[in-house]
Amino acid sequence: MPATQSRINDFVIKIATVNGTGSASANGLLMKALFRMGIPVTGKNLFPSNIQGLPTWYEVRANRDGYISRSGRVDVMVAMNAQTYERDMREVTPGGFLIYDSTWPRRAVEVREDITVLGVPLAAMCNERFKASRVRILMKNIAYVGVLSALMGIDRSILQALLEETFATKPKLVESNLEAIDIGYQYALENFTCPLPVRAQTMGDNAGKILIDGNAAAALGCLYAGATVGAWYPITPSTSLMDAFKGYCQQFRRDPENGRNNYCIVQAEDELAAAGIVLGASWCGARAFTPTSGPGISLMSEFIGFAYYAEIPSVFFDVQRVGPSTGMPTRTQQCDILLCAYASHGDTRHPLLLPSDPAECFEMAVHAFDMAERLQTPIFVLSDLDVGMNDWMIPELAWDDSYRPDRGKVLGPADLDELEKFYRYLDRDGDGIPYRTYPGEDARGAYFVRGSGHNRFGGYTEDGEEYRDVLDRLLVKWDTARGLVPEPVLQAAAEKTSVGLIAFGSSDGAVTEALDELAEEGIDVDYLRIRGFPFNSEVQAFLDGHETVFVVEQNRDAQMRSLLLMETQACSTKLIPILHYNGMPIPSDCVVQGVASNLGNRKKEAAA
Amino acid sequence: MTFIAKPRVELPNEPVNAIGLRLRDYEGVGSTLCAGCGHDSITAAIIQAFWELSLRPERVIKLSGIGCSSKTPAYFISGAHGFNSVHGRMPSVATGALAANRDLVCIGVSGDGDSLSIGFGQFGHAVRRNLNMLYIIENNGVYGLTKGQFSASADPGSKAKRGEVNQMQCIDAAETAIALGGAFAARSFSGDREQLVPLIKAGISHPGCAVLDVVSPCVTFNDHEGSTKSYAYTREHYAPAVQTDYIPRAEQITAEYEEGQTLPVTMHDGSTLLLRKVDAEYDPTDRSAVLRYLEAHRSRGEVVTGLLFINEDLPEMHEIAGTRQGALTALPFETLNPGSAALAELQRRMR
Repeated sequence: MPATQSRINDFVIKIATVNGTGSASANGLLMKALFRMGIPVTGKNLFPSNIQGLPTWYEVRANRDGYISRSGRVDVMVAMNAQTYERDMREVTPGGFLIYDSTWPRRAVEVREDITVLGVPLAAMCNERFKASRVRILMKNIAYVGVLSALMGIDRSILQALLEETFATKPKLVESNLEAIDIGYQYALENFTCPLPVRAQTMGDNAGKILIDGNAAAALGCLYAGATVGAWYPITPSTSLMDAFKGYCQQFRRDPENGRNNYCIVQAEDELAAAGIVLGASWCGARAFTPTSGPGISLMSEFIGFAYYAEIPSVFFDVQRVGPSTGMPTRTQQCDILLCAYASHGDTRHPLLLPSDPAECFEMAVHAFDMAERLQTPIFVLSDLDVGMNDWMIPELAWDDSYRPDRGKVLGPADLDELEKFYRYLDRDGDGIPYRTYPGEDARGAYFVRGSGHNRFGGYTEDGEEYRDVLDRLLVKWDTARGLVPEPVLQAAAEKTSVGLIAFGSSDGAVTEALDELAEEGIDVDYLRIRGFPFNSEVQAFLDGHETVFVVEQNRDAQMRSLLLMETQACSTKLIPILHYNGMPIPSDCVVQGVASNLGNRKKEAAA
Repeated sequence: MTFIAKPRVELPNEPVNAIGLRLRDYEGVGSTLCAGCGHDSITAAIIQAFWELSLRPERVIKLSGIGCSSKTPAYFISGAHGFNSVHGRMPSVATGALAANRDLVCIGVSGDGDSLSIGFGQFGHAVRRNLNMLYIIENNGVYGLTKGQFSASADPGSKAKRGEVNQMQCIDAAETAIALGGAFAARSFSGDREQLVPLIKAGISHPGCAVLDVVSPCVTFNDHEGSTKSYAYTREHYAPAVQTDYIPRAEQITAEYEEGQTLPVTMHDGSTLLLRKVDAEYDPTDRSAVLRYLEAHRSRGEVVTGLLFINEDLPEMHEIAGTRQGALTALPFETLNPGSAALAELQRRMR
């Protein structure tokens, strides 16, 4: 047996299965069991754009120190898919383990001496125990959880408790699932030395933590913000946001007396219409939003420009996926930064919110509605497939019951009594934000929304000065927005350093882990995590305060770096891009290598 | 769309409607369309109809897309909120507006380019969704603002001002609405105010998407010899199939009508439509018969008008969705927000 380092509560399990075979519930079970043992865990779903039949992988990283990024290593591979067996075998880290279904012989061209291969006749055993063919397939997957339970010390009683909770109303299913677990568990105990040196050990119970994906958290944010109208066109990876919103609405937004809905969700004919519905609803005074992904933003751009110019509050969630074009719909990227910042023709600029985990998806969803209505403009929440669809461990979400939405500057009939005449686009307060009225309330507040040239009174104009007057006022509003976006988070290095690093969104986990690693090697780096656009003075101060600033992002063209160069006084030579864009979540190695190689080269240059 | 304020002249003894408003209270700013444009006649009919219906201006929202037709919401009901959206996208904005506040009375004004070309998808889906609105298509067969290109409603064989003959098939808005399963489809002519006013009222009363296709000649680019959307051609080939009388709620039906010749339709708001058949064979409630009739007449070059099809029982968007009665915007935040205790409880299942 190859030498294996002991890895307790620090490992990656990767499970290779076939799409549509019910492996999601088996993987969820495994993940939750580790979570309840008090070990920090994250789960990443690497799935195909397919309904059934193509290979799919699920990676669980358990790490006692709480590192959550994709690590790149595989300590235990469960290779359930014959189609990808060879490739899966190659991925196992030396000293690691490969578990496979030995019902059928697997012929591998390559033989690896540096890993341990464990065959378990899962299909054969399940076929013997279960009759229906669909049940056999499902139970085969549950059975590997049993194998892992024995091999890796995963608490069997927790598995049982989880199954009992999941199938509370279907005791028969609890029974069959437990049977499947036992099949795997017993086989492993009888045939292998259990537990392996790579294993889990209870270290608490993760009290105060939850497992959630960013789309569900964002949907909860919309619910708690008081959004009543949701419009959308189905698109991966944002679909589960509206699915979740609908589910929460059915639970919390039904009139208890008559069962009617206190919400309206419209599945539009396309993303153009989804954007139009959001604008129409917001115009009438509802909090309205649409979840989409890059291709949807392309289609919505016409209305986004309209909303910017006609000043209609609107909230867009862009759960980014790999572009350009259709790209790879089930892979992650941060590639819509520039698209969203300047969406639509003409001079347009839009605030962006950049959540790094589901907790921020929740908070920023609420904040997005407040900002949209305060500023009367489109607001983008830019998450990505990694944040949106993967399972994250975060502190329990908290809600402050004293929160009341900021509906912005809205005049009702009583306010209109005080006015000689209402003008829609007049800046009375000097912050660039005019007052609006809701349709349906008062004829004195009536105005005409238009995307064509208009003056400060809301009238149509083709007069150049009148047009410019409004366009320049929108820039005043842009400055007001600077004070409303979430502030960046500064994580200063232990020692004073001239090296800085800027990252945002789902790169945070990889950066945090990388910086700890670099610090151990004596490389100190200050880290600024940007959480919003327009950039405020803290971003400028950080750029000014460092000689070198690495900009870490998940796209090819260094879009955030470009945005920084366009929207701050930064000098291009000091901003060094570190880029990752193969569609997988960014691993910490990428950041470590990016920083170390650049600084190393500089040392060499200095020495030469 | 130049902004011309209309002079306000006080006239003594001007008649007022049931809520004390004068006809001019339903007017907007002055039109900047060409003199004689059919659209201005439609605007006048809209003003007349809304005044007669005694609707409070602030209850009304008026929306449009882009094009000559889409300028017109500025020309009526200045006390209503207006939304001049982007080209072909008026229906989605109307959908959102009504999603937020179903108590609003919604009128959308579009054109043949706006609804049958760039906005064909949104037009179709407003019908499919059965959005509770009056959807007027001011149909002149050409793009006026860009100087006279054929639109999708131009008939095959119709001649452009510069002599070009259209060889493509025409998209018929009313027939399309019926074929899509629409609940209300009507056609009229900008020159026939007597027919148009009751149809507008019927469309407003109808609890769903009321499509009203109005032939509205373009005096500048499509009113010549050889055009099938000219004043002369339309008058000559005008073939009303049904005449509609609109009888408001609480008003007695006094006219005597012959059984079989006149069809009374009771609307959900209590008003009644009396459909007087010009052609005794015509049945505006039989979808396939209506389509057959329309096709037969179209092949003869006739412009069939009237309330062509009605099914007042098809559920509209909110009925299908199960939305509460009354505007969602009227709900207090406390009703919408489940509170911290519910959030804590919900998260017990996330571990």
